[in-house]
Parts: sequence; structure tokens; C-alpha cells
Amino acid sequence: MSRKVVVLPCSGIGKAYGEIGRQAVYELAEDLRPEEVTTTCLARLVIDDPEAKALVHENIVITIDGCTQDCARKSVESTGKKVNSSMRVIEAFKQNRGIKPEGILQLGEPGFKLVHDLAQRLSEEVDSVLGKEK
Amino acid sequence: MLEQIKPIKVGIIPCNGEEICEGTLTRFASRKVLDKLRPDSTVTICLPLFIAGEKGERNFARTFPTITVDGCDKRCSQISTERLSGRPRFSIVVSDLLKEHGIAPPESRRTLASKDQAAVDCVANEIAIRVDDILKNG
Repeated sequence: MSRKVVVLPCSGIGKAYGEIGRQAVYELAEDLRPEEVTTTCLARLVIDDPEAKALVHENIVITIDGCTQDCARKSVESTGKKVNSSMRVIEAFKQNRGIKPEGILQLGEPGFKLVHDLAQRLSEEVDSVLGKEK
Repeated sequence: MLEQIKPIKVGIIPCNGEEICEGTLTRFASRKVLDKLRPDSTVTICLPLFIAGEKGERNFARTFPTITVDGCDKRCSQISTERLSGRPRFSIVVSDLLKEHGIAPPESRRTLASKDQAAVDCVANEIAIRVDDILKNG
């Protein structure tokens, strides 16, 4: 059975970047690549949950972080797993300068434009990491 | 006579559980407390900063009395806070709280429907009650 791609967003709650990353992962896992992509709670890795640890250790992992603290990547790496790819939400802003989400959790239409853009980039990254598997 | 110093700010630490609907509720309820219900007396931190952050972040639960808000009975926020920062003053488990109040959890982890506002309000009010308790009793 081929390996899944586990895409983990950070748990950011202080700014909209965290929610943009989460929504992009939901779009990726539920709409764009439901057969290949899954996710889990980052906090389960923080408590060393055996099931969550096995999921990231046995599969391909992409992290998406909202800020330079890189909590998602570091949380995976704290379990002894090196991530296959790591991205930052800010990358979605580079092609969309001037677009601002309406709120931290209520992103509104402008925020969801960033979400869709990021989800597409993540989908391309899924192709890239799966291509390296072959 | 020594007078007990009462805390000025209370730390709210949601699990943010990205995988489950109740995790989404922890975020929305915590933000409601931070932004609307108790904006002047609450602060928050992203839970994984206990691993990814510096000493300052790991001291969060020693700096502020804290309330952990977990989506499920794995209690990731409570356990992480206890192990990596300090013992929380109160721990709330959303799935248990909703059962107590007879409120159905959201059906989507992605977006909350208008009917889910009752669940957000229930969790947010519970957090606010605990914040007031800490501010009153230290």
C-alpha cells in the first residue's frame, strides 16, 4: 500500500496566518487530494501520542507554519522524524500582495483567496514529494 | 499583614485540535473570550510553542495562571502544559462539557454552522467563569 502524505498545519491562534494554513490543509485533504492526503492534531505529537507518532513516522510529512517559530516542523522533528517538506503561510502572500484577511478566525473572502492559493501550492508540493517516492 | 497578590491576566491554552470538530470549537471559544468576553484579563499561547519556543514560552504557565481547553479526552493541552510549563489552574474538556449541557458538537471541523454558535457560547462562557474565579480568588 502506498504511503499517505500527512500535511500538518501549525496551531496558530494569535494571527490569521494559523487559520489560513489550517483552512488550506482542510481544502487539500477534503477537496483537492482526499485519497492521498490526511492530517492529525499537532498537539498529539506534543504529548507523544503513539498513534499520531506512528502516522508521521510511517508516512510522508509536509508541515505548513504560520510564523518563523515553525511549531509544526519542530513538533514533528521532536519525535525524531525529519519532515519531507516544510512551507510557511507567508508564501501565499507573495503572489497576493495587498490582500488582507478580515479577521483571525473569520477570514472572509480575501482570506479565502489566500487559502485557495496556498492549497494549490500545497497540492503541487504533494506532487513533488510523491514524485520523489517513485 | 501579607495580602495575597491576585493575578492580572489569565492564560488560555486551547488544544486547537486540527483533526476534530471539537478542536475547532476550542479555537472559536477561546478567541471569543480573548476578543469579546474578557479581553483585558486574558492572554493565549500556541500550544506547540512549549516545544518550539524558548524559555519564555515554556514559562507561560508559571507566569500566568492557566486554563487549558481540550477538544477531547486525550487532553493534549492539559498534559502538555503540565509536562512542559506548569500545572494549569483549570482544565476544560469540550466533549464532556457539551454532553453535560446536551449540546451536539459541530458536524464539520472546517466551518461552523449557525447552530454551532450555542456550542461556542457554552464553552466560551465556561472559560469566562473560570477566568473570573481565578481573578477573584487568586
